[in-house]
Amino acid sequence: MPTNVVMPQMGESVAEGTIIKWLKKAGDRVERDEPLFEITTDKVDAEIPSPATGVLSKILASENETVAVNTVVAVIEREGPAEAQAKPSPARIESEVPAQTAPERTPRPGKKIRSSPLVRRIAREHNVDLNHIQGTGLGGRISKKDILTFLARKTAPESEVVVPAGIAAEAAGFSIVRGPAPEHIEFTGPTHIVPMTPIRRQIAEHMLASKKTSAHVTTVFEAEMTKIVTVRERMAEEFERSEGLKLTYTPFFVQAAIEAIKCFPIFNSSIEGTNIVYKRAINFGIAVALETGLIVPVIKHAEEKNFLGIARAIQDLADRARSKRLSVEDVQEGTFTLTNPGVFGSLFGTPIIHQPQVAILGVGAIEKRPVVRNDAIAIRPMAYLALTFDHRVIDGAVADQFMAYLKDRLENWQEPVL
Amino acid sequence: MAILTYLEAIRQGIWEEMERDASVFLLGEDIAAYGGAFKVTAGLLERFGDERVIDTPISESAIVGAAVGAALMGMRPVAEMQFMDFISCGFDQIVNMAAKIHYRWGARVPLVIRGPAGAGVHGGPFHSQSNEMWFVHTPGLKVVVPATAYDAKGLIKASIRDDNPVIFFEHKYLYRRVKDEVPEEDYVVPLGKAAVRREGSDLAIITYGAMVRTALEAAGQLMTEGISVEVVDLRTLLPYDEQCILASVRKCSKVMLLHEDTRIGGMAGELAAMITEKAFEDLDGPVVRVTAPDTPVPFSPPLEDYFLPGVQKVVEAARKLAAY
Repeated sequence: MPTNVVMPQMGESVAEGTIIKWLKKAGDRVERDEPLFEITTDKVDAEIPSPATGVLSKILASENETVAVNTVVAVIEREGPAEAQAKPSPARIESEVPAQTAPERTPRPGKKIRSSPLVRRIAREHNVDLNHIQGTGLGGRISKKDILTFLARKTAPESEVVVPAGIAAEAAGFSIVRGPAPEHIEFTGPTHIVPMTPIRRQIAEHMLASKKTSAHVTTVFEAEMTKIVTVRERMAEEFERSEGLKLTYTPFFVQAAIEAIKCFPIFNSSIEGTNIVYKRAINFGIAVALETGLIVPVIKHAEEKNFLGIARAIQDLADRARSKRLSVEDVQEGTFTLTNPGVFGSLFGTPIIHQPQVAILGVGAIEKRPVVRNDAIAIRPMAYLALTFDHRVIDGAVADQFMAYLKDRLENWQEPVL
Repeated sequence: MAILTYLEAIRQGIWEEMERDASVFLLGEDIAAYGGAFKVTAGLLERFGDERVIDTPISESAIVGAAVGAALMGMRPVAEMQFMDFISCGFDQIVNMAAKIHYRWGARVPLVIRGPAGAGVHGGPFHSQSNEMWFVHTPGLKVVVPATAYDAKGLIKASIRDDNPVIFFEHKYLYRRVKDEVPEEDYVVPLGKAAVRREGSDLAIITYGAMVRTALEAAGQLMTEGISVEVVDLRTLLPYDEQCILASVRKCSKVMLLHEDTRIGGMAGELAAMITEKAFEDLDGPVVRVTAPDTPVPFSPPLEDYFLPGVQKVVEAARKLAAY
């Protein structure tokens, strides 16, 4: 009995996916759950496992083809015992004529980049495209020295702009995900036209749809971070030693926001027609900048986790976002979103709501600023918090109460981190 | 501080431990009246008497068996193998008895088996082997390989005080060629701790025994070519100092494993596996082994020279790795 292989839905609002690569060719035997093909969508890049064991009899969508969700892209025939025995011979014949099969698999654009595990790790951590680096190792290999030289050149002028008070980079939960590198465009005429990637197209559609759907209002608060900065500095080393995790500021904001949502459940709702749908679970989304765009992995049931659980979940999602290993579930069912423009030094932004949610919290850079305390000027680590909310269901007064509560939680941090 | 040879440092270490602890005694072939084939134990009979410095028949099985029994009875025997090559005659007593007694009964076996190993003195295939891996692959033992006179004394003392069976490989080529300032006072070099012999940043050579000198000489030569080499002396092979090794790997990102022992199943292979398991993403090049080829140690001097990993082989491999 044949099994149809379909383009999976990688997220609620995803309508289509592009097949990057087939990992099997027609006639190959596949095991259930064995990786079958790679896809890219606006949300995730993923390897899709085979839904059944058998022989891949037909491939209906070729590489680089974009198809709608649930389109049949291949067919797997379950093999009977007799067929199974008959199989080895065609397989052998194929392997005897590699000249025919090889060209199908090799047409990869560009040259193969030679590097090392260390270089690839550094590139990943700093979001560097190895195509931009000239290797000086044997056979043009990119060595550690090459990438470090490249980074030194790249970051020298940047650091002045990006990290105003020195705390910003540390403050970022996702400082590892550095976001897009500056683009290099080689003009041949007055303009240079590039088609949008699928992910960019989807982001464009979603942003516009959100603006058309919600009545966006942004309110901005400022919170003093002295207590949290102190806790983090005191505990960072022990935290890393005992848990193997870097203690960043992100879990502090997430934890405080969860507490605030518990007090103001309207922030964990959505609008369906003329109903307000309150959600029991707080599925906390965190926006992560990637080289190719933006992704919002979700901590499921964040309300059930303690600080450590949240920190671990963030690290796990960030790691997998970076290595493009997020699964469909990881980006679905979010009920509230945190975004972190502070990574690059922004004071605050006015974020756009991630539909169908009703609010999004933006956390600015933590910076030392002069503030007035007891009629004297004091230097304190401060951060702007910008909340965009949907005025259809949340009024300004409620939003400000939510923010006042959040600010209080942050300024008077109590929760133990370990 | 006195300048002692590697051999004198071992003798001084044994001497001090015998002074310190009446349960320490020596046994082996020709170690008492003759003072040992290499004279490591010369003078000890005169000082400690024939109950504590015992000449045995030519039977390694009997020497090790007697030592295991004595250790079980609360003594701290130090048994000499005239050449470490001959240890195979006592193999069963070591790997099936000494190594497993603590595991089976919880009893202590404070036993040291020491002797000369290694090539470079035209000793031929029966008197030149580096057979440490037979024991590194035996859980329950400790395996120690000093490279300097200071360490030779500190490690023999630590080995005698250790409650486990320790196989102590002295390199015969170093016996009279290596000299160090060796403190006369009591000190030990802890087992299981490696030492960074030279700091560097481009590649790390991880080695032990006589090859530490080879590595240092190569490192000096490579320095003039602008290649900065770190040299790590393992000092103990079992248990080996994973932390120290990984620190050097992470610092230099390129690593060469060097030993006089033959290649297949050597320490280098074990360390290469550990490094790729634990520090894969810190590597900027392949983990390179420089070892003797997989043959017996040749007797012919030119062949033996070819067999041993010399400075030039290390330098050439290091250049390639640095350029990788």
